[in-house]
Amino acid sequence: MEILLQQIINGLTTGSVYAVVALGYTMVYGVIQLINFAHGEVVMIGAMVAFSVITALAGSGLPPLLIVLAGVLAAIPSCMLMGYLLERVAYRPLRHAPRLAPLITAIGMSIILQHLALLAWGRNPLAFPQIIDNRVFSVGGAAISTVQIAIILLSLVMMAGLSGFVYRTRFGIAIRATAENVHVAGLMGVNANRVIAATFVIGAALGAVAGVMYGSYYGIAHYTMGFNLGLKAFSAAVLGGIGNIAGAMLGGILLGLVEALGTGYVGELTDLCDWPPAHDWLTAQCADGGNFVLFGSNYQDVFAFLMLILVLVFRPSGLLGERVSERA
Amino acid sequence: MKTSRERIGLALVAIALIALPFVLAAAGTAWVRITNFAVLFVLLSLGLNIVVGFAGLLDLGYVAFFAVGAYVYALLASPHFGLHLPFWLILPIGATVACIAGVMLGAPTLRLRGDYLAIVTLGFGEIVRIFMNNLSAPINLTNGPKGINRIDPFQIGALNFSASDTIGGLVFSGPIKYYYFLLLVLLAVIVINRRLQDSRIGRAWVAIREDEIAAKASGINTRNIKLLAFAMGASFGGVAGGMFAAIQGFVSPESFVLNESIMVLAMVVLGGMGNIWGVIAGALLLSFVPELLRYTVEPAQRALFGKLLVDPEVLRMLVFGLALVLTMRFRPAGLWPETRHRREMDENRA
Amino acid sequence: MNLPTKALSLSVIAAIALAGCGKEQPPPPPPVQAAPPMVIKIGSVAPLTGGIAHLGKDNENGARLAVDEANAAGTMLGGKKVSFELLSEDDQSDPKVGNTVAQKLVDAKVAGVVGHLNSGTTIPASAIYNQAGLPMVSGSATNPALTEQGFKGVFRVVGRDDQQGPAVANYLAGQTRPKTVAVIDDATAYGEGLANEVEKTLKAAGVKVLPREKGTDKTVDWKAVLTKIKGKNPDAVFYGGMDATGGPLLKQARELKMTAVFAFGDGACTDKMAELAGPAAEGLLCSQAGIPVQAAGRKFLDAYKAKFKIDPILYSPFTYDSTNLLINAMKKADSSDPAKYLPALAASDYNGASGNIRFDEKGDRKDAEMTIFTLKEGKITPVAILKSGKSMTLDEYARASAPAAPAPAAAAVAASAPAAVPVPAAPAVKN
Repeated sequence: MEILLQQIINGLTTGSVYAVVALGYTMVYGVIQLINFAHGEVVMIGAMVAFSVITALAGSGLPPLLIVLAGVLAAIPSCMLMGYLLERVAYRPLRHAPRLAPLITAIGMSIILQHLALLAWGRNPLAFPQIIDNRVFSVGGAAISTVQIAIILLSLVMMAGLSGFVYRTRFGIAIRATAENVHVAGLMGVNANRVIAATFVIGAALGAVAGVMYGSYYGIAHYTMGFNLGLKAFSAAVLGGIGNIAGAMLGGILLGLVEALGTGYVGELTDLCDWPPAHDWLTAQCADGGNFVLFGSNYQDVFAFLMLILVLVFRPSGLLGERVSERA
Repeated sequence: MKTSRERIGLALVAIALIALPFVLAAAGTAWVRITNFAVLFVLLSLGLNIVVGFAGLLDLGYVAFFAVGAYVYALLASPHFGLHLPFWLILPIGATVACIAGVMLGAPTLRLRGDYLAIVTLGFGEIVRIFMNNLSAPINLTNGPKGINRIDPFQIGALNFSASDTIGGLVFSGPIKYYYFLLLVLLAVIVINRRLQDSRIGRAWVAIREDEIAAKASGINTRNIKLLAFAMGASFGGVAGGMFAAIQGFVSPESFVLNESIMVLAMVVLGGMGNIWGVIAGALLLSFVPELLRYTVEPAQRALFGKLLVDPEVLRMLVFGLALVLTMRFRPAGLWPETRHRREMDENRA
Repeated sequence: MNLPTKALSLSVIAAIALAGCGKEQPPPPPPVQAAPPMVIKIGSVAPLTGGIAHLGKDNENGARLAVDEANAAGTMLGGKKVSFELLSEDDQSDPKVGNTVAQKLVDAKVAGVVGHLNSGTTIPASAIYNQAGLPMVSGSATNPALTEQGFKGVFRVVGRDDQQGPAVANYLAGQTRPKTVAVIDDATAYGEGLANEVEKTLKAAGVKVLPREKGTDKTVDWKAVLTKIKGKNPDAVFYGGMDATGGPLLKQARELKMTAVFAFGDGACTDKMAELAGPAAEGLLCSQAGIPVQAAGRKFLDAYKAKFKIDPILYSPFTYDSTNLLINAMKKADSSDPAKYLPALAASDYNGASGNIRFDEKGDRKDAEMTIFTLKEGKITPVAILKSGKSMTLDEYARASAPAAPAPAAAAVAASAPAAVPVPAAPAVKN
């Protein structure tokens, strides 16, 4: 039981990080139906900037929490600037181009950002300073650390804040109007360029926080870290229904949980040695405490992608996505 | 009917292509190898072009079919299982298996559109790779991350494609022989592609790409036609994979990562989706530019600044990224877009 | 087709300008001499971009140091003064690129090759070198298959997985006497290969081994795997993988309050572990192929630091030795012709930064030593050296090899072993 609880805590934490990154994908997609493939790199830059600031201040004698806050506060504007530049340089000039063109510029920007980060921060995996006293609490036999609690709470707060911003403010209305129809929103006096730039900037700011979360939780940062994280987060966004804020959150957490539980349990369930004996050959394999595991933890990503595929096959617009009828 | 001028032009191109490997070999056999890989990527791009360019189905897991073809070849012609089938038998088998894989991917995803399809195909590609990486236990099928080594080269009678022969004073090294074989396959694939494009099927693909509902309404069996696109594209990938395994003599799952799918897609889009010549140009460009940079970046830096300011390999990647961005910035429909319709997949047509 | 060319040339200029503000200092070009002597090219191949680029650079640095030292000392071959030039290539850990650059080196008529880093690129490339009759010495490819191909010119100075795995497994079984051991790997050729050898040895010693758990070479989230293992209460955990993944693994295990002994292979046998895992790394057991640098390579360590302003990471002592082996064999044969110096290379008996090197008939290192380390106060500290199935402490090893050439250095350092110098070693992703 405590193992199940522990796996759920593990999944929730990872899922929360995915969710915050997924918000960035979903914001942009919701407004201009573009996959910002370089978003993972923005998260990486956020982690790297925070790394530099926190490392520089680590010996200064300031309270640790303040140092981390300084790291976050440095990462957010850097990433916002990065998001803005991305939009201006790589996407805005291509807004009326065929739909796949921005995908290629995104890949190009991704390569560029990665290698600029390589030049700035080097090739080594960086040990993200662990300056906060990371206390581990025991809940029903399962361990949960302060950093984990902070990540889960912070991601909820950010999602709530973003929802509030999009659904309660005037600018939020402008964003939603642009998402509905750029031209009509324009006629209503919405400056579409500003709105689109804003979604990039907001997504990047969230990405910066996600980068710091990632760094503090895993204790590591590397110039290639953005790619896989971005891939997972993008999957999460699609799973929940891309373009939908609550969907990104749901998708992220679901993905995290499936990864943790799949890793934790599928291996044991598919150990043929625990099944009724089927064949002499198999029984021989199982002798002396042997095992015949079909799908162990090595299939972790397969579990995640299979769930994604299954969900999409039955709900082609994701869990919370609107049913978009064939676009004509 | 071709004019005599066109005929002469064609003959000149043919002579140039036949002479090319010897010119390249003079500059270094590495260039012949680079060219071979470039031709392989042209084949892959043409295959993906059927799915993405003709039928408008965004596929981000195309490398899976390449992997299937490569592994089929590796398993049937290497000491791993002790099987050594001849290549002319394996290549069709590989194409068939890849074709089946294509249908398996296509069938459940028929309802998906655009980016949802993209992420599912991406997942499919990763799943294939992960299986290849992990099917070494509990039963060893693929030899896992170690990959399969000592794969048989092509062999026709006494002609061994991995060895070097001297015929009439000309040295036919292994890569040169593969070059000619690849050229033949490429020719066949181009002919098939052109035929397809102008056929009933080709027009049905374009119809689906432009407007699926309208296509359905005009009596096109969209399900079968879409599956056909997946199947055809996959088979080309399978053939290319088989040749990759033979040329390389070694396959391992790390050759079939997501990045390769993205690269092939970039070739298709950069060149000009839907246009065979554009796609070929895109594939050649993206294959050669990084290699050219490998040879030029270091001397260029030394000439400009007298010393190395940035590691050449890092600069190479930076330049490559910038080239992608700038090309799309100035030629958003690709370098050589399809002339018939440029509206496809254009979001602003609404 | 006018525009793309323009765009491209523009981008070249832009990128150079853009990249100019990078921090990293590239290694200076080899010293230019007044009267240009005959140049002998030596190839070095490693991934210089991508996930393990830092290891690749470290490999290149080792080779570069050896070449520069040989040039500074001056070398005569066939009565003529020669200088060595290092051609460094990036294989991006991709077998396809590996073959292309291998061919490029063959075309450039290098006299020998140091590399590649990953077994996954080394094995296919070795066929190309073999066909061209070029000797290659790898300082980091540990997969046994490399030297099982029957190629005459293929050598390695690093221990094989099937030497290192049993060594660390036997030490673990003998010292901590575990009843149950969990084995994890990163699903790379290196990690899995090493983990398989460890599992085999442990089972032979009568230890119960749990079903294998795996991550990838990019996994940083090990909590799910660790939670599962924790439920089965193993006494020890072995991980085959590199430090960039091993660090988080160790950190998270302690966060889950696991008390098992952790043992890692050479890929994660580095001071970096203390940085990445924090206090959780204390007490970690790990192994390295070869003898600790404190014992043999003080000179190398200092020279490396002086030249590159950083500590060696992992395999640079081995690529340094590989390069020197090539150069020494050329000197002995008085020729840079591969066919002529290959016999001399095969007959090498050389004391390098990683200890005494001789090759067996396959091209593997004869009697390769293995060292077991433990992480103490943030530094990895050698606790035992294993040679020909025997385990010795560092002192005993120094005494045993006293008549041998590097003895004084070894003894001197052995005495001061606890105050260990930062040992080069870090992540290893060899596939």
